[in-house]
Amino acid sequence: MNAPSSLTVPSLRIAGLDKSFGTDPVLTGIDLSVARSEMVFVLGPSGSGKSTMLRCCNRLEEPDSGSVFVEGDPVTGPGVDLNRMRQRIGMVFQSFNLYPHLTALGNVTLALRRVQKMPRAQADDVGLEALALVGLTDRARHYPAQLSGGQQQRVAIARALALKPAVMLFDEPTSALDPELVGDVLAVMRDMKARGMTMLVVSHEMGFARDAADRVVFMDGGRIVEQGLPEQIFGNPQQERTRAFLARVQG
Amino acid sequence: MERFVDTFFNGAVLIRYAPAILEGAAVTVLLSVLIVLSGVLLGGVLACLRAYRIRALSFIIVIYADVWRALPPLVLILLGFFGLPNVGMVLSSFMVLYLVLTLVLAAFAEEIIWAGITATPRGQWEAARSTGLSFTAALGHVVLPQAVRMVIPPLTNRAIAITKMTALGMVIGVPDILGQATTAQSFSANASPLTLAAITYVILFLPLVIASRWLEARFTPPGV
Repeated sequence: MNAPSSLTVPSLRIAGLDKSFGTDPVLTGIDLSVARSEMVFVLGPSGSGKSTMLRCCNRLEEPDSGSVFVEGDPVTGPGVDLNRMRQRIGMVFQSFNLYPHLTALGNVTLALRRVQKMPRAQADDVGLEALALVGLTDRARHYPAQLSGGQQQRVAIARALALKPAVMLFDEPTSALDPELVGDVLAVMRDMKARGMTMLVVSHEMGFARDAADRVVFMDGGRIVEQGLPEQIFGNPQQERTRAFLARVQG
Repeated sequence: MERFVDTFFNGAVLIRYAPAILEGAAVTVLLSVLIVLSGVLLGGVLACLRAYRIRALSFIIVIYADVWRALPPLVLILLGFFGLPNVGMVLSSFMVLYLVLTLVLAAFAEEIIWAGITATPRGQWEAARSTGLSFTAALGHVVLPQAVRMVIPPLTNRAIAITKMTALGMVIGVPDILGQATTAQSFSANASPLTLAAITYVILFLPLVIASRWLEARFTPPGV
């Protein structure tokens, strides 16, 4: 396990994060660090604030207070070039959110060309490289509607990977997929982990968490209730709420 | 029957006034192209400005769109041509017709394109912003292309409806198809020039209607 060490700067650090929707607190005092090349899995019942926490990391949701750092550089606070910081944080969505009017390659290269101002030929090279990482080079010229759900999600992963982010956020990446397509996406994630990508994953894939994650975080009621090695959390949870949740989902 | 043919299809009259109607057709085509291009462009710009959700600006755009959609174009044409000179603005009849129909089309186009922008899923914005695109870049490269494709059918319908209104220019003396035809009709005391005008409109607009079908098919994303 790559435990966060005091000697290295974590790839992602969340400190004292609070967030309310109106008067409903959804996140309270979240502290979480993800070390370089670590895969952290976040579990919890729906409404526990997992997705909101993830979306606060790149400020798709604006935190009420607290801070987020990527490799030590602030994402929150005044004077932050948010569009620049977002390029260092890849995000994969439950509903893929591919651009339907662009090909797979067009999806992957849009930010390279329009934000990094890369010339087309160079962007296409980087894009094809990213598509190769998810095994979809031969689908580069296909439009999203011509791809299966699993392929679409892998293109979405390539779109984030193309920017060479320091950390990748996965917001329930397999929840919208037919069961037989889940495996392809998990295989890509496993491969990314093997290549050393830092990942923070919100997912209900318990089996995958158990054998691929370095650490599992259990959230409930907008707080981190418990965290530890997968075998600890799944095998010997310390908190009553964790036990109750695992008993419910594992039957 | 003979009287019917003589009234609507008088050969001599048709031949004599065909050149004038052809000139009118050129005016109608020119006006239509200018109106569609500038009206849709202006409407698109307004819809984009509204996307920034600056309260005062959006309010002004909504008021503009609502008022210009509510007023009959003929009233605006008459006001522009006979009213504006009284405040020192003398515009040619061509210019009044062009401006009024452009502004009317822009009001409709703004509402139509705005509907497309709001109908584009939130996730599209989020995906674009999460890869570092600015709001403007996300709007221009991700949301607007989808919004416009989505609203091509209502937009072409509206554009065709507006271009047919160039015939209203007749009341202020624009020498378009109908203007030429009514002049010819009063000189010849015969309705045949109007028949010719009707035929000319069909020849001009039928291909446009067909082209709009092609456009709708062309911009449906593959595989959908």
